[in-house]
Amino acid sequence: MSYVPHTETERQQMLATIGVSAVEDLFGAVPARNRFPSLDLPEALGELEVQAELLALSEDNDHGQDFAIFRGGGAWQHYIPSALGHMLLRGEFLTAYTPYQPELSQGTLQAIFEYQSMICALTGMDAANASHYDGATSFAEAVSMAVDVGRGRRNKILFSPWINPQYRDVARTYHQGRDLLFRGDESASTLDDLVGQLDNNTAMLAVAYPDFVGHIADFEGLAHKVHEAGALLVLVVNPIALGLLKSPGELGADIVVGEGQPLGIPLSYGGPYVGFFATRSRLVRKIAGRIVGETVDEDGRRAWVMTLRPREQDIRREKASSNICTNQGLMALAAAVYLALMGKQGLRQVAELCWHKAHYAAAQIAALVDYQIITRPPFFHEFALRCPRPVAEINAGLRERGIIGGHDLGAEDPRLRDCMLLAFTELNSRDEIDALIASLRELQTS
Amino acid sequence: MSEATIYEKSVSGRAGARLPVCDVPLTPLPQELLRRELDLPEVSELQVVRHFTRLSRRNFSIDTGFYPLGSCTMKYNPRLNEDMARLPGFAALHPRSDEASSQGALELMHRLQGWLAEISGFARVTLMPAAGAQGELAGILMMRRYHERRGDSQRTRILVPDSAHGTNPATVTMAGYQNVELPSDSNGNVDLQALRNVCDETVAGMMITVPSTLGLFDVNIQEIVDAVHGCGGLLYMDGANMNALMGIVKPGELGFDVMHYNLHKTFSTPHGGGGPGCGAVAVNERLAPFLPGPNVEVVSQASGDTPARYGLRMPPQSIGRLKAFHGNFGMHVRAYAYIAFHGAQGIREISRHAVLNANYLRASLQGSYHIPYPRICAHEFVIEGHFEGIDEVHALDISKRLMDYGFHPPTNYFPLIVPEALLIEPTETEDKATLDDFIEAMRRIAREAREDPGLLLSAPRTLDVSRLDEVRAARQLMLCCVPIPDWPAQG
Repeated sequence: MSYVPHTETERQQMLATIGVSAVEDLFGAVPARNRFPSLDLPEALGELEVQAELLALSEDNDHGQDFAIFRGGGAWQHYIPSALGHMLLRGEFLTAYTPYQPELSQGTLQAIFEYQSMICALTGMDAANASHYDGATSFAEAVSMAVDVGRGRRNKILFSPWINPQYRDVARTYHQGRDLLFRGDESASTLDDLVGQLDNNTAMLAVAYPDFVGHIADFEGLAHKVHEAGALLVLVVNPIALGLLKSPGELGADIVVGEGQPLGIPLSYGGPYVGFFATRSRLVRKIAGRIVGETVDEDGRRAWVMTLRPREQDIRREKASSNICTNQGLMALAAAVYLALMGKQGLRQVAELCWHKAHYAAAQIAALVDYQIITRPPFFHEFALRCPRPVAEINAGLRERGIIGGHDLGAEDPRLRDCMLLAFTELNSRDEIDALIASLRELQTS
Repeated sequence: MSEATIYEKSVSGRAGARLPVCDVPLTPLPQELLRRELDLPEVSELQVVRHFTRLSRRNFSIDTGFYPLGSCTMKYNPRLNEDMARLPGFAALHPRSDEASSQGALELMHRLQGWLAEISGFARVTLMPAAGAQGELAGILMMRRYHERRGDSQRTRILVPDSAHGTNPATVTMAGYQNVELPSDSNGNVDLQALRNVCDETVAGMMITVPSTLGLFDVNIQEIVDAVHGCGGLLYMDGANMNALMGIVKPGELGFDVMHYNLHKTFSTPHGGGGPGCGAVAVNERLAPFLPGPNVEVVSQASGDTPARYGLRMPPQSIGRLKAFHGNFGMHVRAYAYIAFHGAQGIREISRHAVLNANYLRASLQGSYHIPYPRICAHEFVIEGHFEGIDEVHALDISKRLMDYGFHPPTNYFPLIVPEALLIEPTETEDKATLDDFIEAMRRIAREAREDPGLLLSAPRTLDVSRLDEVRAARQLMLCCVPIPDWPAQG
């Protein structure tokens, strides 16, 4: 099977125009001994057979239609309005390329411009780019930018240990070829410890808001201390929490990054998601990745175009600060449509529902003597729970009861052995939460 | 028609989505932590749907027309794949699911890893990288790790031909290496003598696109591989152009050590106005221990009625994690559906017809345009977008005039080594009639350039915007619907 439309007659006509007698003749430059290898692939399937095969594979997963999900830790299930999916499936968005030719891409360009605007509103920052791959790579790009802002003379990077461990891993992977010192997450246990490590070699200090175990730390005065040391303050944020919480702009952040998946993007086993990246106006020329700006056409009409292009790899080549080219354009569109549909009131309501559900659950769990919530209040929609038995056992028991329990924190951090990270969103009904509590009670002892 | 921004449609107090009433007792909100202001638009659902539908109509797309954009492989994006990625068992599957809860997804990824290894002739594949550029970074970091583990620490340079995508040299810098640009010879191949001159014990490796960004299969490929391996370097193949090679040649058998695929080019996952993509990376046994991860492995073999069990594992000496979770899984599903639909013969037909279409266009445009490398091409080819004696007409003008004829322009001004380059890639999914229409438009534009160049210089004239003031966009920065009071001084 194939999507190739050629008939035999057309093929012959085309070969005649080219001046060769067979399609094989077009591959003479390929070394003969390597030419036309055999391919050991399954037999071609029809569309119905592909559907059946993939349906079977998909149903060999425990998914949100069959299970109550209380898992987060970097990706969270949220309500996605029906209208959103229909907009993403518009072929004119779905099958367009990067808007390098602005006259043919005003739709994508304006949508990204509006995405940038809404990310700025949410974060309280002045400028946002058109997206990175996900929250973790946005975070890695924040490191590049901070080092760049420090003109390469500051090479110490301070991470709070309560930033998503995967984000810290990705930043280290990205920068392993460079002379950077990653500190803080191995030694500092409190915010004061972290601040104590600031010095005139520090390019940035990064904290999470809320942090990986759900806690909302008090960052009052933090920006001042970071700026006094000449470093940048980077905040890793949850965008739904920002429907409720003080904006990172109010807290004095210089760079704000985060995972945009909660903004209308399905869990999809980890991707595609979208990493948002926002900063202050004075740093805008240091941003990596695509940025859309407003301008006019030759006839004075308002229009949009990718701007500050000389920063990017296709022009600056080895001097570019990042190699990013493809981003997550369609997922940025999803976030824009989501934020437009939710609007000022809706996003606040989603955030409040998350807050109330999590706090209701926490109040119920407090009555279970063998479990202990170890996330300090205030927390948003996640908290870490110390369990009386290994998390894997508890989760196996929950699975039998139709529940996907919390993420096993001990796997990544030995300090959190037997702790699970529970997440609650507007999708978790009271019945689901009550079932979770009842199940946890049953599973207290083996 | 221009479209007001979503902010301009906002009316205070209006709501779009309706959320459920809270079914649990309320917990007081922490007043001291709450934000005062949240400047999101306030619009109805109909306003949102109408707004984004109208915006979509201001886009060119594969669904609406021919997109001969070189190096981008703008082929048809099958709708079957979209439906498959949206199956609830995939779309509503949490990425931190336990292995027992995600066997279907893991099995799919495992099969896809195997298929991509088979098509490329490599030993192992990771699906982690989110895009080609991330695959490149993975590849070069693996080279670095390989040399380090051998105690071979004096290698500081990576060779990159002058025809390369910009991501290649940018990747070299990101990975902490020095970029060495290699010239091309007059036939568009790598200048072999120049290559041999720089090959020494300081070379960590070479990045090369096959077929090249000129759309040419380098006839000296074996000599290039031997020269770099001969000095102890490794070879990275930029697989952006794999649409020319499937079932034609396996890069692993040519001696390359590592390559990336762009699933969003070769395997038809949609470009989505700039992404998402997937830059799966394939390696030989030598580099397999260093792959980024985690990747899917069989953790217990099938026996009797018990199926095989799959799990996510980190390679032993991995360069580390490249993004959260395990890659752009939705793209893996689409690519899986695409390969399953084609089978071995269908996969080979893709590349055969991609190359046939490109050569048909090339042969048909010869005579109307200067073709700097007039030989059989691969899946794309480059022409020069200027005409002798008509100095005012540039590649950009031809591009803009093509818009008036209803076509997306080719890639312009790339590769950088061809003056006024127009890089044309038709892909295999276009039929002869569409190609003939494009040929006719290109010939007419060549005539117009001689007879009435103003038509080109003022193009496009049939769209709802004319050429844009890109200088103004960069000087008077407006990056937000809501103006920012303290923009920096103009640079």
